[in-house]
Amino acid sequence: MDAFILQVLNGLDKGSAYALIALGLTLIFGTLGVVNFAHGALFMLGSFCAVTLQRILSLSYETIDETQLDFLGNPLKVKSTYIESWLGKDVGLAIIDWSVPIAILFAIPVMIAIGVIMERGLIKHFYKRPHADQILVTFGLAIVIQEVVKYYYGANPIQTPAPDSLSKALDLGVMIGFDPNAIIYPYWRLIYFFFSMTVIAGVFAFLQFTTFGMVVRAGMADRETVSMLGINIDKRFTIMFGIAAAVAGLAGVMYTPINPPNYHMGMDFLVLSFVVVVVGGMGSLPGAVLAGFLLGILESFASTAWATSLLPGINQIIIYLVAIIVLLTRPRGLMGRKGVMEE
Amino acid sequence: MGILEVKGVNKRFGGLQALGDVNLSVKENTVHAIIGPNGAGKSTLLNCLVGKLIPDTGSVMFDGQSVLGCKPHQINQMGISRVFQTPEIFSDLTVLENIMIPCFAKRDGSFRLHAFESFAQEKDILEKAEAILEDVNMADKRHMHSASMSRGDKRRLEMAMCLVQEPRLLLLDEPTAGMARADTNNTIDLLKQINDQRDITMCIIEHDMHVVFSLADRITVLAQGRPLVEDAPENIKGNPKVQEAYLGEVAA
Amino acid sequence: MLGLNFRDRSLFFIVIALTVLAPFILNPFPSESSLAQFNAGYPDLMQRFVIFGIFAIGFNILFGLTGYLSFGHAAFLGVGSYAAVWVFKLFTYNVLPAIILAVAVAGLFSLLIGYVSLRRSGIYFSILTLAFAQMSFALAYSVLSNPKFNLTNGETGLQVYADDPQWLHRDSLPDLPHLFGLSMRSNYQLDIGAWTFNFNVGYYLCVVIMLIVFYIAIRLFRSPFGMMLRAIKSNQQRLNYTGLNSRPYTLAAFVISGMYAGLAGGLMAAMDPLAGAERMQWTASGEVVLMVILGGAGTLIGPILGAGFIKYFENIFSKINDQILHQWFAFLPDGLEDFLVFIIHPFIGKGWHLTLGILFMLVVIFLPGGLVEGGQRLGKLFGRRKKTEDAAKDAANTPAE
Repeated sequence: MDAFILQVLNGLDKGSAYALIALGLTLIFGTLGVVNFAHGALFMLGSFCAVTLQRILSLSYETIDETQLDFLGNPLKVKSTYIESWLGKDVGLAIIDWSVPIAILFAIPVMIAIGVIMERGLIKHFYKRPHADQILVTFGLAIVIQEVVKYYYGANPIQTPAPDSLSKALDLGVMIGFDPNAIIYPYWRLIYFFFSMTVIAGVFAFLQFTTFGMVVRAGMADRETVSMLGINIDKRFTIMFGIAAAVAGLAGVMYTPINPPNYHMGMDFLVLSFVVVVVGGMGSLPGAVLAGFLLGILESFASTAWATSLLPGINQIIIYLVAIIVLLTRPRGLMGRKGVMEE
Repeated sequence: MGILEVKGVNKRFGGLQALGDVNLSVKENTVHAIIGPNGAGKSTLLNCLVGKLIPDTGSVMFDGQSVLGCKPHQINQMGISRVFQTPEIFSDLTVLENIMIPCFAKRDGSFRLHAFESFAQEKDILEKAEAILEDVNMADKRHMHSASMSRGDKRRLEMAMCLVQEPRLLLLDEPTAGMARADTNNTIDLLKQINDQRDITMCIIEHDMHVVFSLADRITVLAQGRPLVEDAPENIKGNPKVQEAYLGEVAA
Repeated sequence: MLGLNFRDRSLFFIVIALTVLAPFILNPFPSESSLAQFNAGYPDLMQRFVIFGIFAIGFNILFGLTGYLSFGHAAFLGVGSYAAVWVFKLFTYNVLPAIILAVAVAGLFSLLIGYVSLRRSGIYFSILTLAFAQMSFALAYSVLSNPKFNLTNGETGLQVYADDPQWLHRDSLPDLPHLFGLSMRSNYQLDIGAWTFNFNVGYYLCVVIMLIVFYIAIRLFRSPFGMMLRAIKSNQQRLNYTGLNSRPYTLAAFVISGMYAGLAGGLMAAMDPLAGAERMQWTASGEVVLMVILGGAGTLIGPILGAGFIKYFENIFSKINDQILHQWFAFLPDGLEDFLVFIIHPFIGKGWHLTLGILFMLVVIFLPGGLVEGGQRLGKLFGRRKKTEDAAKDAANTPAE
């Protein structure tokens, strides 16, 4: 039983990332009708927002401390960050330590801006083009973004740790009545899960309770009618693209302590997120979230020693296997609507 | 016994009874029209005939064979061709190629891997295609890209594509929907010409009374998914039930 | 002749001439000159041109004609490579059985995947093929490489070891892939003045095979079957209501293109007897998509152009470095020189993929017909200019008469 709960928990963080990316993909697909192969790149850019912020915060200058000597007997050169000298040592260090959560504030405007620029500059011209063209141009864009990031940040993963106080693990098992050390779960993963639930809830609340959201939902159901009502749906769709980009970006920011970002993480997650969207049902937001978590948990179960001894490598193919079975038995996915992307 | 026999067909979509106990018999070499107000179930009925929908109950027999559960291409191979409401053609292909495809379908069946012959050397197919293009006065457009044609020409091409297969039953789904009066008249003339030149059975679904009364030998009126009357055109006009169901809608 | 009309026949002969004379065409610069870095007439590079040409020709049969965008064709190429290496390991280094088996195995594999994937169309088809390809990659990379059952040799890649059985191998035969004793690596180097030209057996085997399959592709394009495939791209609903079953047509196209991919994979192994899982990754599938789109999807010559273009510039761009750039811009004032080098730097060397990505986006946005359409537009432009020039000449001449 404890092992079961542990696997469910282990699946949650990856599931959260899948759910967030798939949610953004579905928002874009549902509102704009565009299949965005560059969405993984947005997730990756979010991660690199965190990296960038950490680097900015850690910008430092050198001073020579006459009172201390280094091992050669010369006066010691001391590196200190600007932020420490401005805000005092304690505050400065704390801010650097907390750079990943702080990056959320930094990433939101940046990602929205990137999303809006992307939509206005490129995607807009592809609404009327076939889906294959949309796939191709966003695929090209993904390559470009990826290569630019690789150029500036290098090809290796960049360690971007969580704040010290959150890097520990929690003994969840004791809290629910199991033996100590039965279920150990890192704080940050728990935070990631609650964070993504908050974002998901935020998006749903936004769509459900605001007029803007209502129009967008109407637009998702029947674009032509809504545009005939004289509502400027295009402008709203631009904003929607910005929001989807921000959601992907946030998923990326918070994921950095779990997975040190590298330039190709976007592509890795993209393929899986597409599978998630398809399993959930193209155009269904709850479906995307549900499928994200389900597949994350399933993957975690497939990674157990028991599963891999039964069939080596099952953890790497389980998601694809499920997707293929779902697509063949339930072509619309778990919660897909009728008439979305059908002939 | 008609060439097409529809017996006791029911079709429900959730709570909506789209077709209720529909019976229809289309006699060979006649033009049979199915009319009715919006939402009467005309399109649903047609979709049941061509294999797009499967009725919940009832039978659809074509020339003594059931078409239920058959795929659209199988039904076509049985001898039923269909003209769509908006012309459906192969718009990336030339006019001549558009006509050649149904010729191949007629000669080779629903699939044949003839990947190594040249289609430019299929003499009999080419002759047949050229002949039908003469018939519909489109011979001069044979190498035109069909996407660039007028809507009337596309409709004409689509008809030619159906006719070249020599179907035993031609189904037309509102062939004049959304057309200007002049185009409608042209289409009527074309259909009349087809009907005069060939022994062909046609089943027309139509909204436009003018079209129906200029062509049909027999008319079935559908209302709310049920057949109201089936009779000759001259009797339909005076039928009070029809006026109530159909023309009443116009008056209102 | 050959059952082709005049235009197709001319095209075919042009391709024959280009491929047969490639060792000359690709080495236009003397081997000691500073421009020698633009030479591409090296056996392994020329082999890659032709092999990827075959891959792209096959992919074009599916994507160019039917419009079904597969993101999983690299899987068939990988399977072909594995099959060929297994023939080397178990039987003989003769490439003929290896290539035949590569094509057959890839054909069977694509029949299986195609049968499932083609039950869906559009984006669903793309994602299904993507899922299958990634699954094959994972299978090859780790699942099918364990001590109990080692089919792919995982990360290291499958290769021929000295203790492999090679039942049909004799000592008189070369210990490398060969065609009835003629080693794939044997090379004839021709020196004319300052120029060096390489004639490689492996390359010419690839050329012969590519010409055969290119000829088959031309015939297929001009056949009723090809017409049906174009009709599927144009209006699948109409095709079904015209009495044709689109499923076996698309499946046949899928299997044919899968066999082309397997052939390319088999040839790759025949040139260099190893097979790795990275050949199956979806980015490798993406590369063939790029080739076909860049060259011109749905055209005969497009895929060959695209494959040659991408492989040529990949090679050249990776070789250029800052030093070379400085040499080129040496005539400029220093500041400007440094600035230009700084601007161009991200796009060269390892930045080739960035250049490729941008180029690809530009093509999709502005030139959906690829290089072929670009050529046609240029042709038209010059044609028109010539006409207007002629007209101007006529106008100038008239008063004089």
